[in-house]
Amino acid sequence: MDDDRLSQVFSALSDPTRRDIVARLAVGDATVNELAEPYDVTVQAVSKHLRVLEDAGLVSRSRDAQRRPCHLEADVFDLMTQWIERYRREAEDRFRRLDAVLEQLEEGVPHNRDRAEGAAS
Amino acid sequence: MSTTRTNRKETRIEADPTLPTIVITREFDAPPGRVFRAHTDPDLVVQWLGPRRLTMRIDQFDARTGGSYRYLHLEEDGTEYAFHGVFHEVRPDERIVQTFTFEGEPDGVALETLTLEDLGGRTRLVAKSVCDSIEQRDAVIASGMEYGLREAYDQLDELLADAG
Repeated sequence: MDDDRLSQVFSALSDPTRRDIVARLAVGDATVNELAEPYDVTVQAVSKHLRVLEDAGLVSRSRDAQRRPCHLEADVFDLMTQWIERYRREAEDRFRRLDAVLEQLEEGVPHNRDRAEGAAS
Repeated sequence: MSTTRTNRKETRIEADPTLPTIVITREFDAPPGRVFRAHTDPDLVVQWLGPRRLTMRIDQFDARTGGSYRYLHLEEDGTEYAFHGVFHEVRPDERIVQTFTFEGEPDGVALETLTLEDLGGRTRLVAKSVCDSIEQRDAVIASGMEYGLREAYDQLDELLADAG
């Protein structure tokens, strides 16, 4: 179930039109008609995309008003940002270990910086 | 820990919203020849490539044009994450092009291009990874590849529980 949910989010975002819809909703809520305007597709097609985004929990629609504007569930994207940041930190972690390996290789061939530090102490 | 050094050598990640790519950029205080050696000598690779909390084991690592590799990351409980690929091109001190498959998802394959730019005794490393699809690329980022997959799911569970 949880794995399904995660792949649902990714699958929802794998479509360029849906990513574009999400980008526009990030600016502000919009109705289906407003969202359909710039595309060369029917309102029904956009509705279908919105349903995919809704099912993935990325977008919600208010039930009461007749306009039923679509609203971006920003929390999910905060999560994506967190994931990218963690991915970056993992890479940084790996590269610091590589720094250490490179320093080891450097032994006997002092770097200018190392020499300067040595002289300063 | 020196913050100035950290800033200069900060790791940058770019994930293009319209292309299935991940680009990682980082600078090193060593000339390209040494960075290249740390990527092609298995005795050195094993010292840094694996996630810190896992043990890395190299089955095979023949970093030459046309050569291949296979390695594993091992959890303490015995869980294994295996990866393999071939070296499409290994150009000393400049460039390594290789395929990359996580054996847990055997149909997936990424093309990885590593370039080393000489900054006069220092090196700028750019690692570009092209995945099968944007969806797969996002999954790779979310899972941190072999890292913290469960943590990501736990976070998502929490989020979905709150949303529900």
